[in-house]
Amino acid sequence: MMMSNGIEDEEKWLAEGIAGIQHNAFYLHRALDSNNLREALKYSAQLLSELRTSRLSPHKYYELCKVLHMRAFDELRRLEIFFKEEDRHGCPVIDLYELVQHAGNILPRLYLLCTVGSVYIKSKEAPAKDILRDLVEMCRAVQHPVRGLFLRSYLAQVSRDKLPDIGSEYEGEGDTVMDAVEFVLQNFIEMNKLWVRMQHQGIFYEANVSFGDRDPELKPSFGVSGLQGPHREKEKLEKERNELRDLVGKNLHVLSQIEGIDLEMYRDTVLPSVLEQIVNCKDELAQYYLMDCIIQVFPDEYHLQTLETLLSACPQLQPTVDLKTVLSQLMERLSNYASLNPELLPEFLQVEAFSKLSNAIGKVMEAQVDMPVVGAISLYVSLLTFTLRVHPDRLDYVDQVLGACVKILSGKPKLEDSKATKQVVALLSAPLDKYDDIVTALTLSNYPRVMDHLDAGTNKVMAMVIIRSIMKNKSWVSTSDKVEVLFELIKGLIKDLEGISTDELDEEDFNEEQNSVACLMHMLYNDEPEEMLKIICTVWKHVMSGGPKRLPFTVPSLVFSALKLVRRLQGQDGDVGGEEVPATPKKIFQLLNQIIETLSVVPAPELALRLYLQCAEAANDCDLEPVAYDFFTQAFVLYEEEVADSKAQVTAIHLIIGTLQRVNVFGVENRDTLTHKATGYSAKLLKKPDQCRAVYACSHLFWVDDQDGIKDGERVLLCLKRSLRIANAAQQMTNVTRGSSGPVTLFVEILNKYLYFFEKGNPQITASVIQGLIELIKTEMQSDNAVVNPVSDAFFTSTLRYIQFQKEKGGAMGEKYDSIKLGG
Amino acid sequence: MVLVLALGDLHIPHRAPDLPAKFKSMLVPGKIQHVICTGNLCIKEVHEYLKTVCPDLHITRGEYDEDSRYPDTKTLTIGQFKLGVCHGHQVIPWGDLDSLAMLQRQLDVDILVTGHTHQFTAYKHEAGVVINPGSATGAFSSITYDVNPSFVLMDIDGLRVVVYVYELIDGEVKVDKIDFKKTTTPTNLPH
Repeated sequence: MMMSNGIEDEEKWLAEGIAGIQHNAFYLHRALDSNNLREALKYSAQLLSELRTSRLSPHKYYELCKVLHMRAFDELRRLEIFFKEEDRHGCPVIDLYELVQHAGNILPRLYLLCTVGSVYIKSKEAPAKDILRDLVEMCRAVQHPVRGLFLRSYLAQVSRDKLPDIGSEYEGEGDTVMDAVEFVLQNFIEMNKLWVRMQHQGIFYEANVSFGDRDPELKPSFGVSGLQGPHREKEKLEKERNELRDLVGKNLHVLSQIEGIDLEMYRDTVLPSVLEQIVNCKDELAQYYLMDCIIQVFPDEYHLQTLETLLSACPQLQPTVDLKTVLSQLMERLSNYASLNPELLPEFLQVEAFSKLSNAIGKVMEAQVDMPVVGAISLYVSLLTFTLRVHPDRLDYVDQVLGACVKILSGKPKLEDSKATKQVVALLSAPLDKYDDIVTALTLSNYPRVMDHLDAGTNKVMAMVIIRSIMKNKSWVSTSDKVEVLFELIKGLIKDLEGISTDELDEEDFNEEQNSVACLMHMLYNDEPEEMLKIICTVWKHVMSGGPKRLPFTVPSLVFSALKLVRRLQGQDGDVGGEEVPATPKKIFQLLNQIIETLSVVPAPELALRLYLQCAEAANDCDLEPVAYDFFTQAFVLYEEEVADSKAQVTAIHLIIGTLQRVNVFGVENRDTLTHKATGYSAKLLKKPDQCRAVYACSHLFWVDDQDGIKDGERVLLCLKRSLRIANAAQQMTNVTRGSSGPVTLFVEILNKYLYFFEKGNPQITASVIQGLIELIKTEMQSDNAVVNPVSDAFFTSTLRYIQFQKEKGGAMGEKYDSIKLGG
Repeated sequence: MVLVLALGDLHIPHRAPDLPAKFKSMLVPGKIQHVICTGNLCIKEVHEYLKTVCPDLHITRGEYDEDSRYPDTKTLTIGQFKLGVCHGHQVIPWGDLDSLAMLQRQLDVDILVTGHTHQFTAYKHEAGVVINPGSATGAFSSITYDVNPSFVLMDIDGLRVVVYVYELIDGEVKVDKIDFKKTTTPTNLPH
C-alpha cells in the first residue's frame, strides 16, 4: 500500500517540480526580454530552487534534473548570453560573479555561479584555472550526495569546452593542460566521495518530509524503508546508486578526451590519482564500476604501458569486488588490440604482458579462495584467449594457462556445475579454433589433464568438439604418437568410462558419436606404409575394447583403412633389399582377420561376411591364394551358421558369387570347392525364384571373359539347366498352390542368360537350344491357366526385340542369330 | 528442362567422411528436380542431406546401407523417359554391361541408373542407356582402383537427355557431357 502511494506521490511531486520550473521560466523570460538583471536572477534562483527538493528518489530527481537541464539549458543559456552581453544589463562579469553569490539558497546560488563562471571563463578576464578551481571548491558546500552529484555534473558539463587543453583558446600562460587535469580529477574525486556516501546514509526518497525553507542540503536525510526489510533496502540502494554512476564515470571520460594528456601524464598523474581514489574509497560498487570505466575509456595503448600499475591496484580492492570480470574485460580489450594491430606484438612481449596478467590472476586466486570454479575458469579462458591472440607461438604459455586450470580443478570432485563445465569446454576449444593443425593443441601436456577433470558426459562433448574441429579444418593426424594422444583424449567415445554405461545413452546421440569416430579414422594417414600400419594398430588397440555396441561402427572404417594400405603395398612381398619389412599385405591380412573376428561378439555376421569378402578380393589382388581361400572360408562359415534370415541369405550368396566370380588366384581344387559350395547354397535358398536366380548367377563362375579366364561351357550349361529345372518346379508349384501359373519372368531371365553365353561363344549353347527356350516361354504364356502379366510380357517382348536387333546387325553376330526364328 | 541428380556409393562413414566440399557447394537446394541414389549412403544423415538438396528422392538398397527398407529396384517416369534404379550388387558379373542390359529390359526402362563399381560409365545399347554415376565420395572399391569422386546430372528435355558427369580430379571439378536421344517407335516384331 505504502509503495503505490509512494509512487503516486512521486509522480505528483515531479509534476509539481516541473510546473514550478515552467512557472518561473515564464517570468525569467520576461525579465530577460526586458534586460532586467535583478528579476532575471530572482526568477532563475527560484527556478533552480526546485532542485532543492528531497522528495524525489534519485531516479525521479534525475528526471527532474533532465527536464530542468533541458529547459534550463535554454534558460541558462539565455541567461549565459544575457550575462555575456554586458551592455544589456550593465554588469561586468566579475561583478556578476560576485552578485550571484548573494542568492538566498545555496543550491541555486551554486548553479548560478557555475553558469556565470562559464561566462567568466569565456570572457578571458581571468585565467581559466583560477575560476575552475574556485568553482570546484565552492561546490563542496553541497554535501547532500544526490544534489551534490547533479550539481557537479552540471559543472562538468558547462566547463567541458572551456578546459585549458592543448590547442584550446583557454590555454595560455599559467593555464595548462595540467590545470585542466587537476580540475577534472578534483571534481571526480569529490563526486566519487559523494556517491560512496550514499551507501552509508541510505539516501532515497522520503515520504511526507518537508524542510520548508531551511537549507536541507547540509542535513543528511534518512530513509523510511525499514518497513521493507534490510535486504530490499540494500537492493534499492544499489539500484539507485547504479543510476547515478554514469555521472561519476563521465569525468573519466572527459579525462580521456583531453588531448593534452599523453602517456607520460596519464602514467604519472592521471592514473595514480584515479587509482588512489578508487582504492581509498573502499566501496565495492564504486571500485568495480570505476575499474571497468578506466579499462573502457582509456586507450589500450595506455593500458599496455601501465599494466603493472593497473594490476597492482587489484589486490588492494575490497575482497568482494568482482575482479575476474574486471580482469577479463582488460584481457579482452588487450586481445582485440593485439588482433587489430599485429605489428604491436613486440610491445606486448616487451612489457611482459602475459606474465604480469598471469601473476595478477594468481594473486586474485590467492586472495579470493572462495571463488567458485566457474569464475576461476572463466578468468583463465580470458587469459587463454589473450595468449592465443598475442602469443600464439608460445605453446608453453598456453600450456601454462591450462596447467593453472588443472590446479584449480584438482582436489575437487568432478565438475557438476553446468556453467563451469561450459567454461572448461570453452577453454579447451579455444586452442582448437586457433591452431589449424589440431595436433598442436593436442600435444599440450596439460590438455588431457584438464579433460580428465570433466565428468564423463562433458568429456564426450569435448571429444566431439575435437573431432568436429579436425573434420572441419581437414587436419591430418599423421603419426601413431599423435593418434595415441588423440584417442586418449576422446576415450570417452571409444569405450565405456566409469559413470556411464552404454545402456543409458540416447540412441541417436550414441550413433552420432560413433559415426563421428568412424569418420575421424579417415583423417589418420601417413604416406609411409610403416607409419600407416602403426597408426592402424594404435587405433585398433583403442577401439577393440569398445564393446559390442561400438564395433559395428568402428570396425568397417578401420578395415577399409587397412585395405587401402594393402592396395598401396600390392606387389611388395616384404623383402626390401633383403630386410624384413613389417608392413606387408600378409601381416595386414592377419590383423584384418583379428579385427573382423571381433564382430562375432556383437554379433554382426552379415557385416563380417561382407568384410571377409572384401579381404578375399584384396588377397586375390595380392596373389595370396591361401589367405584369399581362408577369407572365403570364413565368409561361408558365417553364411552357414549365422545368416538365417532368408532375405539376408539371398544378398549374402550373391555377394559371395559376385566376389568369387572376380577372383582368379585359385587353383583348380580350391576353386572347385568354393564354386561347389556357392552353387550348392544357391540351390538351397528358401524361395524357388531366389534359388533359380542364384543358380543362374553361378553360371558366371564358370565363364570369365578375360584372356586367361576360365571358360567352362559345360558347367555353365549345367547351371543354366539347373536353374531352368528350378523355374519349372516353381511354375508347377504355383499351379498347385494358386491354381494358375506364375509369371514367366524367370524363364525370360534364363533366356537372357542363354543369350549371353550364346553370344560369348559357349559351344554348348546352340541356336536350337535358344529356340527351344523361346518356344517354351511362348507356350507357357499361351497356356490355359496362364495369368496375363504385363511386366513379364514386356520383358519377353524386349528380349525378342533384342534378338531381332542382333539379327539385323549383320556380320558375325547376325550370322549367329540367323537360325533363330522369332516369327510364327 | 528437368534436372535429375544421380549419385551413389558414398559409403559414409565407412569409407569416406563426407562429400567433397566442391561437390557440396554445387549441390544447391532448389536447383534440382529429382535425385536418384543407387545406394550405399550408408547412414541416415546422408539421406537427410540428400533430402535437403531435393525432396523428390529415390533410393535403392546397397549392401552396406543402414536402412534395409530401401527397395532393390525402383522405376520412375520423368518426362518422356522411364528410369530404373538398382544398386547393382545383385547383377552378376558386377559391372557387366550385357547383364545390366538384361536388367534394363526386365525393368523396361529407357535409362538404367546403377552403381556398385564406383566407376563412371554411360553405355548406350539397343534398349537404352545404362548410367553409373560412380562414387560421389571417391570411396574405396575392390572393383575399381583409383576412384575419383563423381556424380551425374541429367538434363531431360523432351526426347533428349544430356548426361553431365562431374569428376573431381586432383582437386578440380571436371565436367563432361554425353547426349542421348530416345527413339519413339520401337521396331516391329513378329510374334
